[in-house]
Amino acid sequence: MLRYLARKLFIYLLTFIVAVTIDWAIPRFMPGNPVDALVSRIALMPDANAALTSYFMAAFNLDQPLWQQYLNFWSALFHGDLGRSIMLFPTPVTTLIGRALPYTLGLLLPSILLSWYVGNVVGALAARRKLLDNSVLPLGYLLTATPYMWLGILLAWVLGSTLGWFPLAFGYDQSLKVEWSWQFLGSLLYHWVLPFASLFMVALGGWAIGMRNMIIYELESDYANYLMALGAPQRLVRKYAFRNAMLPQITGLALQLGAVVGGALVTEIVFSYPGLGWLVLSGIQNQDYFVIQGVFLFIIVGVLLANLIVDIVYVIVDPRTRVGLQGDAA
Amino acid sequence: MLAVSDLKIHYRTLAGSVKALDGVSFSVADGEIMGLAGESGCGKSTLGKALIRLEERMQYVGGEVTLDGTTLPIADDRAMNPYRFRKVSIVPQYAMSALNPTRRIGRMIDELLASRGLKGSTLRPELERRLAVLGLGPEVLGMYPIELSGGMKQRVVMVLSTLLDPSLLIADEVTSALDVASQKKVAGALVEFRDRGYVKSMIVVTHDLAILAQVADSILIMYAGKLAEKAPTRTIVEAPAHPYTRLLLGSLPEVGIRFEDKRLPGIKGRPPSLLSPPVGCRFRDRCPLAFGKCVEEPPFIEIAPGHQVACWKADAHAQG
Repeated sequence: MLRYLARKLFIYLLTFIVAVTIDWAIPRFMPGNPVDALVSRIALMPDANAALTSYFMAAFNLDQPLWQQYLNFWSALFHGDLGRSIMLFPTPVTTLIGRALPYTLGLLLPSILLSWYVGNVVGALAARRKLLDNSVLPLGYLLTATPYMWLGILLAWVLGSTLGWFPLAFGYDQSLKVEWSWQFLGSLLYHWVLPFASLFMVALGGWAIGMRNMIIYELESDYANYLMALGAPQRLVRKYAFRNAMLPQITGLALQLGAVVGGALVTEIVFSYPGLGWLVLSGIQNQDYFVIQGVFLFIIVGVLLANLIVDIVYVIVDPRTRVGLQGDAA
Repeated sequence: MLAVSDLKIHYRTLAGSVKALDGVSFSVADGEIMGLAGESGCGKSTLGKALIRLEERMQYVGGEVTLDGTTLPIADDRAMNPYRFRKVSIVPQYAMSALNPTRRIGRMIDELLASRGLKGSTLRPELERRLAVLGLGPEVLGMYPIELSGGMKQRVVMVLSTLLDPSLLIADEVTSALDVASQKKVAGALVEFRDRGYVKSMIVVTHDLAILAQVADSILIMYAGKLAEKAPTRTIVEAPAHPYTRLLLGSLPEVGIRFEDKRLPGIKGRPPSLLSPPVGCRFRDRCPLAFGKCVEEPPFIEIAPGHQVACWKADAHAQG
């Protein structure tokens, strides 16, 4: 068990290093230079530009050779320093991320967990029930094939623009002050509904289809047949089938996490929702290396951590992995 | 006491009904271990399954099954439920994968018993005693199926299936997946369970006549969805009356004979399709004794006490 975890941790560490390296490299391979953009915004006199440019290049250490920048990046990382934003100079990137993170987590966690849970339950109910199956299956395929932003736009158009039931954009009513008041919280929730719904619905379809297929497979398995031959009621057989069908779904959750995070970023952009997705979009538009790096770093760490948790949960729920790990299978 | 009369079970397929059991009548006495043999596709497994639970594609067409004087509602899945496990039980062909892989065995058994309105804790001492009879310690109840060997799983299933002392146990190909040493142990266990009264009577479905010779009191030979011959084991082995039984036994190697230059004869040809079986005796195309009368279906009649055969020439053979 400990050896297994150690091995897993090692793999996650390797993944982390590679991912961080790519994260550092990508913005630097983009055409253009963020300092030029910054200077053109603040400088008034053309002859001051050259001086300002060289000053900022030195300030951001962008005048150093690439390998030096890479090492700087790692050492800053271990000090919890993600640099300062260029577009919102001189706000530290950590502050920007800290501001955006609650919105993204508030969207992601409920939509991932709820869609996973509801999808599994709906799928399990649909298996072997003709009427429900005939409606859940096509709907599930439709939902899971829908791109996140397309469904987001559709929802915004129908429920937001045409019917006017929900706001179209932003995380809260812009006329309100950010504070802990019921009015503000209500507005927060009100603006949260549409982006949440679009994420939830797309993910739901895939889970429901997967679970339905798994349950049918489990109900045809030998242990289910044996229980039924011994007169066990449907309730017990379905309970076992559900539990065993959940195992691949847990792995599926780990695999899906990355995709859902990506979907959340796109959805935030559709709804101008002030989360990480929105932040990274403005970062890219303003060539803000440090914001892009910082946000991606957060996503990398988040997805890796979530996967690690799923790995540990899997060992707990499936005795077969446990026995295999101890290496004493009969 | 089990009595089956004119049982007909068909399989629904796209090509039509496959008449896997086409009018089968026999009985098994209390304390009797009846072997049920035949080549694959003859309907022996269908018969075994039909007595406890029809699969979805199996269709009850007709016939009656009585166990200890009550008619079993085999066509009605729900009405059949109270009889399963308590009166009729099965050790399935797939015994090695019959236990839920994610539950400890003891807990699974408790949950199964609870779902049938029984208390696991009251039956636990008996369960442990019976496991001990088959050489398993009580610690297996705290294990997951994956921690047991195939043979151990099979023994656990045997104990669980017979825990409620059913009147009838169907042992479906229980020895097929085992090595010879384990086969002998399982065969011994079947007899032991009957002798101890854990089960009243037993139907052992197999294609392995050698195993039946060890455990069965009587043997029923099936061919192409029909009964061919039923007789006490000794009679089947020493004086079979049906030409199919004789050819079947003739296909087995004998101890003490070297088969270096002599090929085992086997039976030429194939069994007929059960989608549209031929009229008359179904074995006639492969039968060396076939004659004009075989286009009529031979009745399954008693030619000696406890010895029934469906063959027009059986009488002549038994006598001469």
